[in-house]
Amino acid sequence: MKIHVTSVFVDNQAQAHDFYTNKLGFVVKNDIPMGEHRWLTVVSSEQPDGTELLLEPSEHPAVPPYKSALVADGIPVTSFQVDNLDAEHERLSRLGVAFTQRSMDAGPVRMAVLDDTCGNLIQLVEMKDGSR
Amino acid sequence: MHDGELDLVFKALAHVGRRRILVSLYEKPGQSLFEICAAPYGQDRKPLSRQTISQHLDALERAGLIEVTWQGRTKMHSINEEPLRSAIEILSSNFKWRS
Repeated sequence: MKIHVTSVFVDNQAQAHDFYTNKLGFVVKNDIPMGEHRWLTVVSSEQPDGTELLLEPSEHPAVPPYKSALVADGIPVTSFQVDNLDAEHERLSRLGVAFTQRSMDAGPVRMAVLDDTCGNLIQLVEMKDGSR
Repeated sequence: MHDGELDLVFKALAHVGRRRILVSLYEKPGQSLFEICAAPYGQDRKPLSRQTISQHLDALERAGLIEVTWQGRTKMHSINEEPLRSAIEILSSNFKWRS
């Protein structure tokens, strides 16, 4: 068994497509029309055959309260790994990405938290020992 | 500042966890609950549960020691120094230290 796809609930798939590709730099793996929504997944360009991230519509009534409660408390919905957190923070800030949390020390990692503009906070981590 | 307000401030200060949170917010204003919860991991201290920290924040907020702002839809906490300084000054004004 392997983790083939994982998902984040996004407020708007078109906006999510823009943010996750043009800002974060992921690439689209699948974009399949499904009724009024799409089966829209992205992968890291560093791992094109790696786990896909599904940008899933927030349509179910349980989703909005779940998302807004997490955002209110500053809790990221998922986490992506970077080689150089400070460089990513600077690059993304220049692109207009908002961070709710600047780089901070958290044991074996350094981390920061950004707003994906689709109703989620996303954690970025850099392993302090340099592992990838 | 009346006695009821003073009581709230000193009650809020009567816990090491709440004092640490206050110092942390003094050093770095504008922290989310998540960031406050994560801080101990970078300082090699035993982390507290989210629920415990939430209760500490409520006590600090009731005492007026915390100022809340919203960054987007995220609740950010900062220290409100004024009641802390007043409370300490009011207490000190009763005493002329003899040694």
